[in-house]
Amino acid sequence: MSNTNVSMDEITMEDEKAESMIKILIRSFIKNKLALASFIVLIFLLLIVIFGPWIAPYDASETDYDSILEGPSLNHLAGTDEFGKDVFSRLIIGARTSLSVGFSAVLLGAVAGTILGLLSGFFGGWIDRIIMRTSDVLFAFPDLILAIGMVAILGPGLKNVVIAIAFFSTPSFARIIRGETLEIKQRLFIEAEQSLGAKKGRIILKHVFPQTVPTIIVYISMNVGGAIISAASLSFLGLGAPPGSPEWGAMLSASREFVGQGFHLILFPGLAVFITVLALNLFGDGLRDVLDPKTRD
Amino acid sequence: MSQLLKVKKLKTAFMSKEQSVQVVRGVSFGINKGEIVGIVGESGCGKSVTSLSIMRLLKGTSGHVQEGEVIFNGKNILEMSEREMRKVRGKEMSMIFQDPMTSLNPVLKIGRQLMQGIMLHLKLSKKEAERYAIEMLESVGIPRAESIMDEYPHQLSGGMNQRVMIAMAMSCKPELLIADEPTTALDVTIQAQILELMKDLRDKQDTTIMMITHDLGVVSEVCDRVIVMYAGKVVEEGPTKEVFENPQHPYTEGLIKSMPKIGLKQKRLYAIPGQVPDPMSMPRGCKFAARCPYVMDKCLENEPELLDVKETKQQSRCWLTEEKSKGGETVES
Amino acid sequence: MGSYIVKRILGLIPLLLAVSFVIFIFVHLIPGDPARMMAGRDATNEEVEALRVSLGLDKSLVEQYFVYMKGLLSGDLGHSLRSNVPVTELFSDRFLPSLQLSLMSIGWAIAMGIIMGVIAAVFRGKWPDYLSTFIAISGISVPNFWLGLVMIQIFAVGFGWFPAGGIETWKSYIMPSFALGAGIMAMITRFTRSSLVQTLQEDFIRTARSRGLNEKSVIFGHALKKSIITVLTIAGLQFGYLLGGSVVVEAVFSFPGMGRLLIDSIQFRDYPVVQSLLLIFSLQFILVNLVVDILYGIFNPKIRYN
Repeated sequence: MSNTNVSMDEITMEDEKAESMIKILIRSFIKNKLALASFIVLIFLLLIVIFGPWIAPYDASETDYDSILEGPSLNHLAGTDEFGKDVFSRLIIGARTSLSVGFSAVLLGAVAGTILGLLSGFFGGWIDRIIMRTSDVLFAFPDLILAIGMVAILGPGLKNVVIAIAFFSTPSFARIIRGETLEIKQRLFIEAEQSLGAKKGRIILKHVFPQTVPTIIVYISMNVGGAIISAASLSFLGLGAPPGSPEWGAMLSASREFVGQGFHLILFPGLAVFITVLALNLFGDGLRDVLDPKTRD
Repeated sequence: MSQLLKVKKLKTAFMSKEQSVQVVRGVSFGINKGEIVGIVGESGCGKSVTSLSIMRLLKGTSGHVQEGEVIFNGKNILEMSEREMRKVRGKEMSMIFQDPMTSLNPVLKIGRQLMQGIMLHLKLSKKEAERYAIEMLESVGIPRAESIMDEYPHQLSGGMNQRVMIAMAMSCKPELLIADEPTTALDVTIQAQILELMKDLRDKQDTTIMMITHDLGVVSEVCDRVIVMYAGKVVEEGPTKEVFENPQHPYTEGLIKSMPKIGLKQKRLYAIPGQVPDPMSMPRGCKFAARCPYVMDKCLENEPELLDVKETKQQSRCWLTEEKSKGGETVES
Repeated sequence: MGSYIVKRILGLIPLLLAVSFVIFIFVHLIPGDPARMMAGRDATNEEVEALRVSLGLDKSLVEQYFVYMKGLLSGDLGHSLRSNVPVTELFSDRFLPSLQLSLMSIGWAIAMGIIMGVIAAVFRGKWPDYLSTFIAISGISVPNFWLGLVMIQIFAVGFGWFPAGGIETWKSYIMPSFALGAGIMAMITRFTRSSLVQTLQEDFIRTARSRGLNEKSVIFGHALKKSIITVLTIAGLQFGYLLGGSVVVEAVFSFPGMGRLLIDSIQFRDYPVVQSLLLIFSLQFILVNLVVDILYGIFNPKIRYN
């Protein structure tokens, strides 16, 4: 009897611990200057994503046949493309697409993977076996190739790119969350709660899931950058955004013809991807340092 | 008896959270050739750090020697270049560590690890080094030495690994062997064997041994002299028998009292009350004052010096001693 | 040790079966009618039907699966629907260049990655460490096809040192292998660094130093030996990234390898080619993982002697 009393206390203690942890996290995060710098860059990017169409100097499809393939100038900060469209504006407007595709893909994969991982870890048995065997098979394929395959089946387009990337991200998430769930399950209070007759769903939702959140956040941060690159790669191959759209990967695909004539067409869209993913990775690193000291060195 | 090692006012500090903490606060002692000297104290008193400072093995930690001299065979090794020191390390002076299971490289064969030092210092060829290594293993009592050469540390027991370490340390015939808690991680029966081995080394090979331990039982078994450390300084020193029979410092007295004795029906084991002071916030005066049954007002104000105790061969850092030997010479001059 | 290897290999068989099954289903889910695509838009329905029969596409899915499996087991991968050339022939031209490219990339990546990782670990906290780490994080953040394009612009168009594409000379391999390997090199740098930093804290390093060994021997003779296991494991796991990346990099450099073939074949709904390609890719991946597993066992004596 006393066993269950202790566990109830443990439960409330865990919740309180979580709140004070957040304060500690924020404090140590600020100390890491590189992470802070990347955080600022990300806020900046967020603003671009939200206010894009309003801050861009030109329209994304505004042509100007008098000044095609011009290098960077005061008028056109990043030059113009073969239709005279302003590259800089297209970058800003395209940010919305490029970033949201990456993010939504990872989030989708995270949600799917978390659900599967929780079920797999918590219930074990045949559910676990099916889920793990399936992900083993999916793991046998290199990521991008799996994505290409999916897009081939579903057809080109950004929506399908999101699905494809989410598809290959799901098994890794599932595996990680499953591991976490197993570890959490080991701890006493779950069994105690079960002995009190609480419904399984409640246990998972109220007690197991919140403890997996830091891991989920860390993993999302680790994968968003890669997802953005994958999305850009797929667009580059013509499988994602329709050609002519200001999505960064599509812009790079179009720029291929102009190697030699328009380096700025290659440089700037790729630079945009690079800086975004760099900031995300540095930020993710900082986040990981703070959330999981074990990975710190 | 000639003095092999003389440590003078050694001070070593560590960086902890951007603060410098002195862990060894001015340690002085000497070791004569052929002696087995024990350095005793609780964990945190600075005995291990002292030995690491002597060997200049603080790399990889946040520790560094701040002041002091370590005279070994007439030379101050603290002032040597790293290059010169490397010639001393492993050859003239060597060390064995507490946990034999983690102190050997798990992915290299035993023979290979042994031969590295041999080839480096003794400049033998690979074949000669191999033969020599096998001899060394046999000399520390390891059976089937030849096949052990091809095995990995995790295949051997703790006791065997400790013997391997001793073989490694002794392979270049050092004059001084520093043993940092060599038996702490071992079973009692193996402990006895290792201690016998060490006595053997002293008797047959003339090796001087500096034994660091927290176990007074080990000290009484093996050590000719004992140095007691507390809170980064030496608080008592003297021949083992005399220190045990007639401890001069209250801390030593407490340590001896807290040794469990067979035959004596004790309801509770004696433990020195209180705790070792935090090196980051040391009190004024004598660092043992808070736990001392003989504490006087004087003790809380000033830290005593290490002085000879009259009519004994011991030294003690205690105001009581000063009372007993007014006008004695301080050791630290 | 032998039984360890055998067990791992046997464990692969069910996996390979499942994988080949999944590939088959996958490929047949791709919408579009290859017979129609090949016959062309102007072909009549009868012509398309005749073509379909001759290609064996009229049989039921189950039958097609058995034909496929039978072919696999006897080494017959079918014929390209597009060119009617046996798939194995198509591959033989492209397999070697792709393999060479992969090997070069991994070679680059491991060599440079370990060097940078060691530098970062040894000079931990000082500027070489920060520089190494920054290069590493940049390597992971850069899209490999962009890196390729930039390199073409600078080194091919600009300096003319390397050709912009094709596989005429050994020089054509330099830039693509660098673009491909950059991300992997970055990962290896990071893992070498963290593994080495951790290993350098361990007790046996202190023992090695106490014997008078110089720092170089300590790092390379002791610490790295222990860390190399982790590094190789990571390198192996990155191989999948390499295979995926090859598709894009080969496109950028007009490199006639397996990656390009995949894109082209998907476009043309060339089922047999796509199937076989997917199979080869996943087989490569599985094999590399197996080799890494085995190497891990060899390098880690604890596993070997169990």
